Amino acid sequence: MIRLEKRKEPSKFWRIANPFLAVALTMIAGGIMFAMLGKDPITAIRLIFFDPIFSETFGSYSRPQLLIKSAPLILIAVGLAIGFKANIWNIGAEGQYIIGALFGAGVALAFFPQPGWYIFPLMVIAGAFGGFLWAMIPAILKTRFNTNEILVSLLLVYVAEKILAAMALGLMRNPDIAGFPGSRDLRRYEAAYNAELISGTGIHWGVVAALIAVIFAYAMMTRHMLGYHVQLAGQAPRAARFGGVSPARLVVICLGISGALAGLAGMFEVSGPGGQVRIEFASGYGFTAIIVAFLGRLNPIGIVLAGLLLGLTYIGGELGQMMLQLPGAAIQVFQGMLLFFLLALDFQTNYRIRLTQGARA
Amino acid sequence: MILGSINPAVLMAALMVAATPILLAAIGELVVEKSGVLNLGVEGMMIMGACLGFIVAVNTGSPFLGFVGAAFAGMALSLLFALLTQALMTNQVASGLALTLFGLGLSALLGQRYVGITPPRTPKLDLGPLSDIPFLGRAIFSHDIMVYLTIALVAAVWWFLKYSRAGMILRAVGENHDAAHALGYHVKRVRVLAIMFGGACAGLGGAYLSLIRVPQWTEGMTVGAGWIALALVVFASWRPWRAMAGAYLFGGIVVLQLNLQAAGVKIPVEYLSMSPYLITIAVLVFISSGKARGSSNAPGSLNRPFHASS
Repeated sequence: MIRLEKRKEPSKFWRIANPFLAVALTMIAGGIMFAMLGKDPITAIRLIFFDPIFSETFGSYSRPQLLIKSAPLILIAVGLAIGFKANIWNIGAEGQYIIGALFGAGVALAFFPQPGWYIFPLMVIAGAFGGFLWAMIPAILKTRFNTNEILVSLLLVYVAEKILAAMALGLMRNPDIAGFPGSRDLRRYEAAYNAELISGTGIHWGVVAALIAVIFAYAMMTRHMLGYHVQLAGQAPRAARFGGVSPARLVVICLGISGALAGLAGMFEVSGPGGQVRIEFASGYGFTAIIVAFLGRLNPIGIVLAGLLLGLTYIGGELGQMMLQLPGAAIQVFQGMLLFFLLALDFQTNYRIRLTQGARA
Repeated sequence: MILGSINPAVLMAALMVAATPILLAAIGELVVEKSGVLNLGVEGMMIMGACLGFIVAVNTGSPFLGFVGAAFAGMALSLLFALLTQALMTNQVASGLALTLFGLGLSALLGQRYVGITPPRTPKLDLGPLSDIPFLGRAIFSHDIMVYLTIALVAAVWWFLKYSRAGMILRAVGENHDAAHALGYHVKRVRVLAIMFGGACAGLGGAYLSLIRVPQWTEGMTVGAGWIALALVVFASWRPWRAMAGAYLFGGIVVLQLNLQAAGVKIPVEYLSMSPYLITIAVLVFISSGKARGSSNAPGSLNRPFHASS
């Protein structure tokens, strides 16, 4: 009979190999799904994973898009991963992303139409602060009242979406165009516009911020005491407490960092690719970033690769919608499957399959 | 006068309808958590139930078959969760999240051709003279059968957990899986069955939304109902009747808020419609702060993986 045996130590090989295997399995399962939808699976998979980068016709448009879509994913996921390592589950990054965008846009709209070099930096600070504040709600409720941070952070996403709608229809609405929801277009306001830094690459300040965040997170997790505390609290909470790690402090730090980074991502989006505060501004980056964090093995370098891959599926999904009339939701299914396969495969990391004959030894 | 225009009997009736979907999902999740498993995929199973239930009901013309289909859809998705967490020993939090993300995507994909269709009507249960009682008849005795079945389900779960032998085994497994295993109970089998029950209930709750409460199919139509159901289980401190009280309380808030919107109160709609989420958070805080009784009532083995070493 077959049975599972727990490994003494998680297998290093499978830890690295599983994400690749999961991607391959998702492509196969996704191909089957596309075939069931009546589309040619090979064409569909190629369109999603290869054409955005390598195709002659779409490449020039979609290559810069890759960084635009991946940067917010990476920025958010890097923050989330720190918390996940310590078993602190911020799953409301989508809400922190929205509030960060609103704070950033709020600063811009307050200064409109003044010029000034200081406006954009102020927006950056405001965006990070907005996300930080929104994440502090579950953090403080957790440390003061022991309220479950998973439920609170998630429920706050819906609250943030309502605030976004209220802002787009009310306070932040463009007063120059009567009757339409949505704020002024920040791309037309030079002092606030998060423009492309090198033309044709898609690199804007958000991409730079994502890079800095990855480097900082890497240094923190491997070189800094705080990173050690995070790992310790995740793997041996009791030992951590005896070692003087304050669980409350860790909750505040982890949620604070991930909230601020999600807020930054929202701010860079609203002042650049997104352009304005609209009801449909939130596009699910906060949730997809959870998949990115897991697929990247909660490791900053891994998260860069995973973020690029999932960014690719966003662009490929749009291409598929355009060229093959693939339903937009197919990409969501794709991303969900990816997480499933990864989790399922991970049993190999921690367990060994043993075939035993007859009675158990 | 704004509040004067709201008829209390109608309000009560609407409250029961608003409470039923989350109560269904919550009572299922309550059993799952009692067995020691935390399934955060309620939202995903609910939306799959809403979608599949709608599709089946529209194609067969029978709301009843729709509900059956929804229960199976929720159960199918929950089996995936059971496979991951019980057989492959994955992290329950991550697996539940995966279930929700996957369910939201798959339902949007399957339901895309059903947007804008009206489902077959679910008839009101004919309770004869009961429905003619003033006030009570309108408020309580003029609903569809699912409202009453849900209450019956709460009673059944209460009895099952409190008095039946199987229910005691389930609680033992949830309280201390090592001890239950040592006594010879099949920890995993019990948990898989509980997870399936939870999935079926969540599916039914979702179908109640798309077939009766709304009634229509739109992408992402559960808008957090599954998460509110999860909060409700904590609020109820894992007691069935308290889950029902909580659901009705919550339903009351939702309905009142909708009525205020309709009555044209000078608060923007967006702020009124965030109140259910804010109140859920407030209640969670109150319960978990420990001032209220029963905050330590959580099953002992909740969210802990079980792997028999021999």
